[in-house]
Amino acid sequence: MNFPQQIRAEFPILDRRVDSRPLVYFDNAATSQRPSCVINLQQELCSGHNANIHRAVHTLSFEATGYYEAGRRAVQKFINAASADEIVLTSGATMSINLVAECLARGGFIGCGDGILLTEAEHHSNIVPWQIVCEHTGSHLEVVPVAAGRNGANDGSVDMAAFCAALQRGVRMVAINHVSNILGVENPIKEMVAAAHGAGVPVLIDGAQGIAHRRVDVQALDCDFYVFSGHKIYAPTGIGVLYAKREWQHRLPPFMGGGDMVGKVSFDKTTYADPPLKFEAGTANFVAGACLRPALEFAAKVMESPAQEAHTGRLISAMNEALASVDGLWVAASDARKRIPLWSFTIDGVHPLDAATLMDKFGVALRSGHMCAEPIVDRIGGGSMLRASLMPYNTLEEVEIFRETLLRTVKMLRK
Amino acid sequence: MMSINDIQDSIIEEFAVYDEWLDKYEYLIDLGRDLPLAEEADKTEGNLIDGCQSRVWLVCRRESDGRLYFRADSDAIITKGIISLLVRIFDGQTPADILAADLYFIDAIGLKENLSPTRAGGLAAMIKRIREIAEQYGEG
Repeated sequence: MNFPQQIRAEFPILDRRVDSRPLVYFDNAATSQRPSCVINLQQELCSGHNANIHRAVHTLSFEATGYYEAGRRAVQKFINAASADEIVLTSGATMSINLVAECLARGGFIGCGDGILLTEAEHHSNIVPWQIVCEHTGSHLEVVPVAAGRNGANDGSVDMAAFCAALQRGVRMVAINHVSNILGVENPIKEMVAAAHGAGVPVLIDGAQGIAHRRVDVQALDCDFYVFSGHKIYAPTGIGVLYAKREWQHRLPPFMGGGDMVGKVSFDKTTYADPPLKFEAGTANFVAGACLRPALEFAAKVMESPAQEAHTGRLISAMNEALASVDGLWVAASDARKRIPLWSFTIDGVHPLDAATLMDKFGVALRSGHMCAEPIVDRIGGGSMLRASLMPYNTLEEVEIFRETLLRTVKMLRK
Repeated sequence: MMSINDIQDSIIEEFAVYDEWLDKYEYLIDLGRDLPLAEEADKTEGNLIDGCQSRVWLVCRRESDGRLYFRADSDAIITKGIISLLVRIFDGQTPADILAADLYFIDAIGLKENLSPTRAGGLAAMIKRIREIAEQYGEG
C-alpha cells in the first residue's frame, strides 16, 4: 500500500469541505472514518440481505447470520483469540465494560471490601461502571497514578510500584486502558497482566484507543477480557467487542435477558444459550457486526504495512514539531519515548473551547473539553484540554494546515 | 428602554456588515473582552451555569422598577462574546417580556451552532436559567 495517497482514496469523506475549506479530520480517537469496503458492505446488506439473524429459516435470515458470524470470526482472527466463541459482540466498548462489571458483581466475583484497580488516566467508560459496582457491593476503587503533569515526570507512564503494591491490598479486579485517550501512551499491559495474575487477579484491558494503533494478540497477552469499539477502527458505530476468555464465558451469569440468549424458556425455569450468544440479548446490530470483517481486514493490511509505519512515524514527528512551535503550548506526556498519533494539550491564555470553535471554522476538527476522562484532565489540564488524534490516512500537508491554523487561532484569541 | 426585539434587530444590523465568519468571530471576541466582568465575588458555585466545556456565571437582581438586571462572565471568550449579546438584550427587561421573548437574532447572525448542546458552551443553559429567573420573579 502506498501511503498516504492510496489509503486516502479509500475514504470518500476525506474529500469533503467544511465551509469551503478542505476538511482536516484530527478527531479520530473519537471516531475514525470508514473506508469504501465498509460503506459498500453496509449498503449491500441493507439492500440485499436485511433480516433478523439466528432465528428464521428463510434465505435472508440465513445470509444475514452468515455475514454477522463472519464479522465475529474476523475479530477472532484480528486479536488471535483461541475461538470465535470467546468473542461477544456488543454495542461498543462502553457496553462491553458494563457487561463485565455487572456480571462480575452479580456472579459474586467482586464483593464487600474488595478493591477494583484502575489507573488515573481511564476513560469514564472504564470508571463509572466500576463505581456502580462499588455502590452495589461495597467494594472500592484503587487508583494508580500516572506520570503526567507540568511538574515532575511527564512521560505518561503508570506507576508500576504503586500498581504492584495495590495488587496486594485486596484487589479483586484490574481494569486498565491499553492506551489512554488523553496521554496517547501505550501501557505495559503484558507486564501488568502478568503481575495481576501473579496476585490471582483477573484483568480487563480497555482497548478503545489501542486497537487501531497496536497489534493485539489476546493469547500472548493472556488478559481475561479485552474490549474495543468498532467505530474507532474503520467500522460503523454501534458495534463493539468483548473478548472474554473461555473460562469467564462460562463462569459469568448472563447480562441481559431476552431474545436469542436463551436455551429453553418456561415460567418455572429458563436455561441460557451457550456463550457467546448467552451475552447477546435482543436483536443485534447485524449490519455493523458484519462490517467488522472488512474493517478489521483493512486495518490488518494497514497496520502490517512498513510504508504505513514509516508514514505514521513522520506524522508523529511533524505533529511534535508543530505543537512545539506554538508559544505557551503544553503537551500531556510529551516526554514519552513512543506514542500513538494522539496529543492532548493546553495553550496558555487560550480556552480550549474557543480554540476548537475557531479551528472548526478553519476546517480543522479537534476535540476539546475533558474528553470523558475528567479525573486526569482536571489534574493535568485544569478541566479542559484540546486533543488532536490522527490515523494513517492523515497527511503531512494536513499537519501543516493544522500548525498554521493553530498559530492563527492562538493569535486571534490572545491579542 | 428599547424592546427586546428592537435590540435584537440592532444586533442583526451590526452583524450584517460582516460577510466573513472570521470577522464575525473577531467581533465576538472583542465583545467578550469588553463585557464588564461579574465581580470575582460573584463567581460562586451558586451562580455557575455548568456548560460541559466552558463555565458561565450569571447574576441577576431585580430593581424597584420591577425589571431584571444581569451581569455575566465566562472563562471562554467566544462564549463571553455571545453572553454579552444576551445580557444586552435582557438587561433591564421585565420578567413578562423575557418570558415572551423569541430569540431570533442567534439564527439571523449565524451563530446557531454555538447554541447546540454539543457545543456545550453553556449558552443554552444560560438562556434556560434566565427564563427560570424571570419565571420566579414573574410569579412573585
